[in-house]
Amino acid sequence: MSYPEMPQRPWSQRHHVRAIVWTLVLIILLALSSWATGADFGMFLANLDQFTVLLVQMAHPAWDYLSVIIQPLYETIQMAILGTTIGAAFAIPFSILAAHNLVSNKYLRGLIRFVLDLVRTLPDLLLAAIFVAVFGIGSTAGVVTLAIFSFGMVSKLFYEVIETIDMGPLEAMKSVGASKITIIWYAVLPQVLNQFVSYFLYTLEINVRASTVLGYLGAGGIGVYLQRSLDQFNYSATAMIILATLVVVMVIDGVSNHLRRVLL
Amino acid sequence: MQATASQSDPIISFRHVNKIYNNGTVGLKDINFDIPRGQFLVVVGLSGAGKSTLLRTINRMHEISSGEVLVDNESVSAYKGKSLRQLRRKIGMIFQNFNLVKRSTVEKNVLSGLVSYYPTWKCVLGLFSADDRKRAFQALTRVSLTKKIFARADELSGGQQQRVAIARALMQEPKIILADEPIASLDPRTTKAVMDTLQRLNREDGITVIVNLHSVELAQQYADRIVGLRAGELVYDEDIANVTTEALDHVYQTDSEV
Repeated sequence: MSYPEMPQRPWSQRHHVRAIVWTLVLIILLALSSWATGADFGMFLANLDQFTVLLVQMAHPAWDYLSVIIQPLYETIQMAILGTTIGAAFAIPFSILAAHNLVSNKYLRGLIRFVLDLVRTLPDLLLAAIFVAVFGIGSTAGVVTLAIFSFGMVSKLFYEVIETIDMGPLEAMKSVGASKITIIWYAVLPQVLNQFVSYFLYTLEINVRASTVLGYLGAGGIGVYLQRSLDQFNYSATAMIILATLVVVMVIDGVSNHLRRVLL
Repeated sequence: MQATASQSDPIISFRHVNKIYNNGTVGLKDINFDIPRGQFLVVVGLSGAGKSTLLRTINRMHEISSGEVLVDNESVSAYKGKSLRQLRRKIGMIFQNFNLVKRSTVEKNVLSGLVSYYPTWKCVLGLFSADDRKRAFQALTRVSLTKKIFARADELSGGQQQRVAIARALMQEPKIILADEPIASLDPRTTKAVMDTLQRLNREDGITVIVNLHSVELAQQYADRIVGLRAGELVYDEDIANVTTEALDHVYQTDSEV
């Protein structure tokens, strides 16, 4: 039995012309943008040894510094939990009003989405600067900042989840004669709850990291100590703070994974 | 003739009902007929013939463009808000895809049939009376699913889910049950269980049952009366005694064949 001869691959495919062209284009674009912004790769390479020095210093975390930062780290976690919870609580009604499968009035939906876009546009550092000015230095400013920041982010994540639900149960509840709130409670929430929890924890994780930076502006928490250690060139302390934050983030991630499995 | 029987006490009447969708598609065209109390009516027709639309005009899940749908001799078009919810309460509905909340328990799904009898805050808090919880159990007894009461809905097979959906409808204490292709996603054995359940509710409780079906054989087996829709028009209407397979086949002809 004879097989038909296998067709030859065209020349361009044999020599990977497309891949090579795309790679070249990307390199040229990178070079152009670095030239346009004035980023100096030469300086990056020349000063690389500075970076190594820093890394070496950071490779020796000041373990005893842990006793100093445990209290502010605790405060950071509290700020993050409080801020995320307040933000997420406000996000639930807004995300319901922004979901196109629940609200057919496109003007109301457009208005809500505009507000959410506006909130997401405000950088968290700007919010922190404003609220430090309003509430003074301390964790209140941090909590309010995180609440608004999470509200914007969580609302978008939530309404995108709502828009993917199965509409069948909603039709059934409507046919039973249920009111709007009852329909949402019985047919929408059970379908989205586990993803809500998962996104809540993801936001909490982001907020723990964000609050370290907010401390720079005097919004309380571990950030104050991060800034102090960097100002004093005390890199072993900086390393300790980063390690401690990593542990917190990992714990949240673990809890999140576990809950997602249990709730699924 | 059917007409004399219907005039005595129709529970549902269609009077020159037209439905034209926003894009110009004709959904229903001058539908005129009465459904007497306690009838087991089967609606047959091709996909897209308007069966689902017809069913949903009865409980106002779909609005009509002109004409009138009367339930208990009252036009349903006038209802809104609370009165519309009260209309829907007396009409149970069963769907092709069961439409249970899959992540909730069977008990919660069945109890959700009751929500229009409770104020919203009690529904949200799940404050159902002990009597009603007992009724939920009894409803599950009637569809032979008592053992599954605390299982999650998505743990059940398709036929079991449809029976939960029937139990949910029973909680409404409906005068009418609308079933839209209730067996289209089921195998032959579970199909029989579901159709038998509907038949029992019709005979024992006197509930008027209106079922959309693809299958002519099933229609002939269960119906008191068969109506046929083609392209939104009522093209067939006979009591089961007068139904012939040849005449029914006519319903399934496409326009080009007519």
